[in-house]
Amino acid sequence: MATSTATIRVPTAAEQAAILLRPPRSLWSNAWYKLRHDRLTMLAFGVLILFALLSAGADLFSQNIFHYTFEKQDLLNTYQKPTLDPPAFLLGSDEIGRSQVVRLLYGGRVSLMVGFVAALVNLTVGVAVGVTAGYMRGRVDDLFTWFVTTLNSIPTIFLLLIFAAIWEPGPGQLTVVIGLLFWTGISLFCRGQTFALREREFVIAAKTIGARDARIMFRHILPNILPLIFVLAAIDIGAIILTESALSYLGLGILPPTPSWGNLLTNATTYFVRAWWLVVSPGVMIFLTVLCLYLIGDGLRDALDPRLKAES
Amino acid sequence: MRNFILRRLVYAIPTLIGISIITFVIVRMAPGDPIRLFTFGQRDITGEDIERLRHVYGLDKPLPFQYVDWMISVLQLNFGQSFIYHQDAFQLLLTRVPNTLQLAVVALVLQLLIGVPLGVIAALKRGSWIDGAIRVFGVAGHAIPQFWLGLVLIIVFAVQLHLLPSQGMLTVGKDVWDVADRVKHILLPAFVLSLTGIANYSRILRTETLDVLGQDFVRTAHAKGLHERTVVFVHALRNALIPVVTALGGILAALVGGALVVEQVFSWPGVGQFTFQAAIAKDYPIVQAATLFVSVLLVISYLLRDIAYALVDPRIKAA
Repeated sequence: MATSTATIRVPTAAEQAAILLRPPRSLWSNAWYKLRHDRLTMLAFGVLILFALLSAGADLFSQNIFHYTFEKQDLLNTYQKPTLDPPAFLLGSDEIGRSQVVRLLYGGRVSLMVGFVAALVNLTVGVAVGVTAGYMRGRVDDLFTWFVTTLNSIPTIFLLLIFAAIWEPGPGQLTVVIGLLFWTGISLFCRGQTFALREREFVIAAKTIGARDARIMFRHILPNILPLIFVLAAIDIGAIILTESALSYLGLGILPPTPSWGNLLTNATTYFVRAWWLVVSPGVMIFLTVLCLYLIGDGLRDALDPRLKAES
Repeated sequence: MRNFILRRLVYAIPTLIGISIITFVIVRMAPGDPIRLFTFGQRDITGEDIERLRHVYGLDKPLPFQYVDWMISVLQLNFGQSFIYHQDAFQLLLTRVPNTLQLAVVALVLQLLIGVPLGVIAALKRGSWIDGAIRVFGVAGHAIPQFWLGLVLIIVFAVQLHLLPSQGMLTVGKDVWDVADRVKHILLPAFVLSLTGIANYSRILRTETLDVLGQDFVRTAHAKGLHERTVVFVHALRNALIPVVTALGGILAALVGGALVVEQVFSWPGVGQFTFQAAIAKDYPIVQAATLFVSVLLVISYLLRDIAYALVDPRIKAA
């Protein structure tokens, strides 16, 4: 609506102040705005949070709704088909009459926990090592490149398999070891980004006023790569959950009686002729969780990186 | 070009040394005394005998010396005797190699034959429901646990429909050269193994084809009045295929790692299954031989990938 007066109206001082007072839109608020309008990503977030809540409340649900613990056996009711009566057999019962749905809840707790904690470990290591190597260059970077190339040349599943078979680790140790084996991709990414960023004017400016290396790395370079680290983190958690489930399926990861989505399938080959529903449910949980994480990764990438937006 | 290859070869040496150190250390750090394991159950053995054996096998030397000794024998392809089979570990491993290669090669071919066309179709039909479906598949194919997909396929095709065998490479009693029987056995495991790669290639090819189709030389080809088919298949596709070579490294690593799990699900007598059984039984010579073998195979394939990449894309040599 344009005013029809001949002169151009200059905003009054009060109006100018109001314009300036409008909160600035940061990268994060922009990204959040885009994410809220990305229905698929929000759905994926929703499903993931639902799974997390269900597993977190495993004690609550198993006591109050299913009246069954995850190790309770019922040898008279083995291989029950999925039924609503009793509710504990909502997803059927296994070869010794344990409730599949209750074991799935507890399994989710373990699988999600391993995924998130291991990802935290490898993000910490990967970012620290990658940024340092990219910033220091020279000898440090050569050493880094050698180590990462070496680690990348040995299939991770072989290393994990050997480690698990020799040391027979508990869930905690396994999580740390997975975390310590999966950081190479993240660190390579951070190194590449740091390589480019350290030549930029703002880094030179920071150096000129006497900022120390550690400060430049953490206050100037890290915030610039942080958005894409979130993208990598989502994909990373998914990949870790897949690896953990495969290892547990092979009988080397999380060991029974502690249930995990992977080890619920360990004995599958012995009973899948009789009870295919026992094979379906853990796999669907793994698949949906990892799918959601990958979709969130894609969504975050679109929301956080304006450069990539144009491509797809 | 020759300089590039030579330089790349020299770069591989420190990596190989690193791999051998990790393979050596991870087993040598294992709890349990190998001599006690070796003499387990022999009652007439004395402490003196154990010390002598320790000396004979060089286990009383400092670790770096032990590593050098081990490395020298490994370079002569001597990994020692298997604890369980009491045969040469490397020879035992070699008998399994062709089986895994068979599986990996079929999976690789499936990936290229299915993944590449999917990506190109998605790009050409951009925005349509076909594109949407292929993109969903591109994400879902990564998210599906391979071992679980294997189990489900066995239930559907072997248990319910009785169409395909669930285990092994060959029906017992059939002729080794019965190709039809072999194809039936390899179909399911190869498909499961190839799925990640199919998803991967369809994603890469979609992005890349869209990228190439937007470039000037494609517009020029259109402006010349060339047929749409000629533009896509002769001009655009050739350039879009370059990342197929680059992605090969990651895909080979995924094949080798995935094969371990898939072989287990389908009882495929390959390197992965062999390594798995050896690791469970703590048969260290076989574990070491297999890990080193697979890793060296990966290093060689990364090397070949880089050379192929330099051949396809001359810009890379300068870097």
